[in-house]
Formats: sequence, C-alpha cells, structure tokens
Amino acid sequence: MSILLNQNSKVIVQGITGRDGSFHTRQMLSYGTKVVGGVTPGKGGQEVSGVPVFNTVAQAKEKTTADTAVIYVPAKFAKDAMLEDIKAGINLIICITEGVPVLDMVEVMGALKGTGIRLVGPNCPGVISPGKSKVGIMPGHIHKPGPIGIISRSGTLTYEVVYSLTYHGVGQSTCVGLGGDPIIGTRFVDVLEMFMRDDQTKGIVMVGEIGGEDEQVAAGYLKKEATKPVVGFIAGRTAPPGKRMGHAGAIISSGTSTAEAKRTVLKEAGVVVVDFPEEIPAVFKEKLGECLHGEKRS
Amino acid sequence: MKIHEYQATELFQKAGVAVVSGQVATDVREALRVAESIGYPVVLKSQVLVGGRGKAGGIKKVNTPEELTTAFAQLKALKIKDYPVEKVLVVRAVAIKREFYIGMTVDTSRNDVVLIASAAGGVDIEETAQKDPQAIKKYYLEGNQQLVGKKWQSFIESVFDDPHYQVKGAEIFRGLIKVFFAYDCSLAEINPLVIDDKGQMYAADAKINFDDNALFRHEDVAALRDIRYEEPDEMEAKKHGLSFVRLDGNVGCIVNGAGLAMATMDIVNLSGGAPANFLDVGGSSNPEKVVHALRIILNNKKVKAVLINIFGGITRCDDIARGLVEARTKLNLSVPLVVRLIGTNEEEAKALLAQHNIRTYPTMREAISQVVAIANQ
Repeated sequence: MSILLNQNSKVIVQGITGRDGSFHTRQMLSYGTKVVGGVTPGKGGQEVSGVPVFNTVAQAKEKTTADTAVIYVPAKFAKDAMLEDIKAGINLIICITEGVPVLDMVEVMGALKGTGIRLVGPNCPGVISPGKSKVGIMPGHIHKPGPIGIISRSGTLTYEVVYSLTYHGVGQSTCVGLGGDPIIGTRFVDVLEMFMRDDQTKGIVMVGEIGGEDEQVAAGYLKKEATKPVVGFIAGRTAPPGKRMGHAGAIISSGTSTAEAKRTVLKEAGVVVVDFPEEIPAVFKEKLGECLHGEKRS
Repeated sequence: MKIHEYQATELFQKAGVAVVSGQVATDVREALRVAESIGYPVVLKSQVLVGGRGKAGGIKKVNTPEELTTAFAQLKALKIKDYPVEKVLVVRAVAIKREFYIGMTVDTSRNDVVLIASAAGGVDIEETAQKDPQAIKKYYLEGNQQLVGKKWQSFIESVFDDPHYQVKGAEIFRGLIKVFFAYDCSLAEINPLVIDDKGQMYAADAKINFDDNALFRHEDVAALRDIRYEEPDEMEAKKHGLSFVRLDGNVGCIVNGAGLAMATMDIVNLSGGAPANFLDVGGSSNPEKVVHALRIILNNKKVKAVLINIFGGITRCDDIARGLVEARTKLNLSVPLVVRLIGTNEEEAKALLAQHNIRTYPTMREAISQVVAIANQ
C-alpha cells in the first residue's frame, strides 16, 4: 500500500475552470487519477475535459462520492475553499495555492481540529503515489512505483530527488509535498508516522529547508520511533539570516532555524544527512540492498 | 512588512490603546512646534525600521528649545545601521515607575495566535526569553478573541499584580487584538508598556509587522511601505514575479522553485564557488521573465558567470530557452551562461539552444562545476 492516495482515490478539483485548474485536471487524468468532479461557484453544469463541474463541494461530494479535494483557487479564495471541504466532510484536502494569509490558515487549522480530516499544503506541489494516483502539479513521468517514501517542504527540489532515485532504478511509494508556508496542514512527523506503518515503504527521504522547527520535531520523533532508514537533505545552508527565501516559511529567524542546526539534530537522530541530492540512491542501495526490488508485492 | 513607530502608534491609538502624547516631525521647526504644544521636557525618537536605535544614540531627551534644536540636528545627521534618520517622533518625557512587555504574534508551530507578556519590560524580549523564560507569560487564543474565563484571568494576574492594572492591561490587550486581526499583523508589540509616576498606564513604544501575503486586502497598509528599506533589485524582481535575494559571491543563479534555488546556491558553495544571488523564476515562467531575471542579476558587476538550473514541471524548458535566446539579443550579455534544463519540453529547449550555440549540461553537478570553474578563473 501507499499512503494518503491510492488507485481508488476519488478526486474533485476546486477551481477546475481556471487556467491552472483545467491544465492540471488534464495532466492528472492522463496520469490515471480518478478525477470525478470539479467545483467552480456559478459554473455548475459545465464540463472540463469530460469532468462534470458543480457549484459547491457539497453537491460534488453527493453526486460523485469524492473523498479527496485539490485546490487551485487564487489565494484570496483558498480559505473559503478549505472551509467548504471541511464542512462537506472531504477526507483529504490538498491545497496547491501559494500566498494564503497566515491568519486564514489559523482559522482553517481551528476548523480542522477534531474532524479527523487531513489537509496537505498550502503552497505545495501535492501528493503522488506513483502508478496509482497523482494529485497536484508534479511531473508524473519522472516517478516510478517502489519502496521509498518522500516528504518535502519544496517542489522542484523534490523532483530532483525523485529523478535521481528513478534514474538509479529506485522507485517511490508516495511523495508528499508539505508546502513552503509557515502554517501547513501536515508536517514531517505526521507523514513519518504514516510511512513507518506503511508496508510498501522501506526507506524515507526528508527534504527540509531553513525556517521553523519542524525538522527538529521530526528528529525528536525519529530518535524514538524510527524503524526504517531515513535520509535527509536540508536546503538553505548559504541563505543569509532574516531574508525570506522565496517560500513564506523559509527564513532564518533564530539559531534553531538554520540549515546547520537542522542537519545536526537530524544526524543525532540517526538520519543520514547528505550534501548532494544525487547521493540519496546510493545510501538506500547500501542500507536496503535487495529490499529495493520488493515493489512487485504491492 | 514593517512600519515606523509613529505609524504603529497611530493604529494602536485608533483601536483605543492609550499612548504617550506626541507627533512626528521632519524638520526642526515642526519639532519645536510639537514640543511647545505638549510641553518640555520631551523625548526625540529617530524613526528607523532597524533595531538598536537607543544604543546608536537615536533617542534623546531635551529640556529646552535650544537643546531640542541641537539634538534634532544631531539625529538628522545620524546613520543607524546605514539608514539615515528622516523623521523624528517628538513625545512627552514621562517618569516611568514600571515597565512591561506585551506582544502578539502567530505561533506557527501551534497554528495559533498567542499573546505574550512580561513584567520585565523595556528590554529585548528575546534576551528575557533566554535568561529568564519563567518571566514570559503566554496566552493562546484558541479561536476565541473574547479574553474571558479562568485561563485568561490567571494569565492577566500573572502579569499585573494590581487588580486596577489587570483591568487596564486587559483593555490594552483588547486594542492589540483589534489591530492584529483588522490588519493581518504578524507581530504587534508594545515594549515598554509603562505605568508613570501618576499611576497612568500607556504604550511608550509601538511595533507592528504585517503578513506580506495578506497585503492584498489592506491597500492602506501597503501604502505605508518605506521603500528606502527595500533593496531596489528585490523590488524590481518582485514587480516581474521573481523572488530575488542578493548575496556576496560572483556566480549568478536562475532557478525555478525556492527549494531548488537554495540547494543550487548551497552546491555552488560546496563546489568551491560563491553564489551572487538567490533567484526563483517561479512556476509557469514566460520567456520575458528570464530576460528580467538576467538583467537584474547582471546589475551586479561582480557576477562573472550565470548558472541556469531548471527542473521543468509547470515551468516549460522551452519557455526558459526562448527567454535566454531573447536575452542574448536584448541585453548584450557580457558573461557566459551555463545552462542545465530538464523536464517538461526539454528536447525543444535543447534544440533551440543548440541552434544558438548555447551548450547545455545534463546534470546539476556538472553545470555547477563548470560555472564555478569559469567564475574562479
């Protein structure tokens, strides 16, 4: 099994009639994702690439029994889109939108509390379980089904890691883009727990960056609970303090938010921290050996 | 985004927070008039958006118009961390009996808004946090802005021992909350909050930072941006949808995606080079963006070579390639380009670049060794 997404996941696209929403709906469909509906208020009754459009998430869920929603709406509408999913009881919400105000996220996180609903993002590339389902904006063709789970705060840097793994014949179970914002629905520890329990996943890659303390929290968890090898890469070793590096959450604001501080705590927790993304496949080849080719069981 | 103390004071005052009487002045005549109306002694406070103005001599107490004239001229001649003093806030000098710290921010690790207070005010709160963490009290809103109940009561009592000031303090916290949510602040701070010799409580300083992502719904706040504190290149980049940060090295970098852009800088560094900048061209880049990116990078005369590292997802490699070709004709490029493109429409991109004799490298490592070798020549 993979985590979060599988071949049965039924997906609705919020903002499906927009430029990004319609483009990525086509991409997801061609990957084999079960996109069962779309939502754009006022455009119910239309179709995008053969996918029916609804006015509300509640209507879309009722007609399609969707369990997953992906959000491509502009930042100023993202909060309402997420709140609508929570109200409708969508199990998994993946928010791609970049630039959502922090206080909007505080409100969304408050609404999520106690519901059991999982939010991934915002400001993330999405989630892919290779060969099964892709929900987001990542290029599907660079992935390959296999035993490595990937968790990342970045988009294109994750592609780099995936590309290198696939190039060396090492496939992936699920790749989760957490997002580059300071408040995100799912953090390293949440996904580490899922990967530790997942049969298909034999090894894990964590791609972190400067800002916040999520890598430290993850290190604390791994110290006690790790049952599978974890490889880490942290971006931003040359980033100057006090400057926001593209991502809203990527800023060195204290001694603990530097790349070196994160590399150190991860190493102390038994994580193999590499300097170059292309070193990752060799680490797994050494640590996992034959297990790497066990993906046929899934 | 940051604003000046006098602007933050005004926002707090509008929300019902008691503040020290005063007014901002740009020239000495204005300052004399303000001092006249509030009465001597007054304090002159340099308005700068960097910390450490007190230590830099940016705050002066004066007793007479003559003293004010001299002190004002000194402040105007001052540079605080390279920034000249343009405006001076003139406030009534107060006899401080007690000082507190109160502030409000988003605790991103807990996804919640937190009120922070300390009875040890007037000093740097981060210093207090290091030396005496017990002295810092926190109250998490947990979705409730009402400030009632047992938890609230015990918080306010832990900060102010006198019931009279517990009531006054709660009023000031309510004002803080009002401002924080009305303007999408990332930080709202009063340090110090003072009690004077007459027993009055008010804000003797004010600091507000805003969430850049929320400025779209606060045009009035966005208009307060003091552009003297912005790097011109960063502003220019932002205008074109690019994210740019200037660094000290000589290897220019154009990358798509913030994480990959940081990783590229790091690997340039590990390979013996020094990155000249962080630059994320963002997703769905059109050729024009590449031209702007190159132009901004080449404003920096230290740059000896430019690395283009693209992993095409939403970004199409052929768009980047077209941009590079266009830039070569438009910009009269004085330095070599080292290009690595992979992903969406890679083949089209490589064919186009080959036509224009621009070589491409298959991996990030190879491209980086090449660009570092050129820059270090």
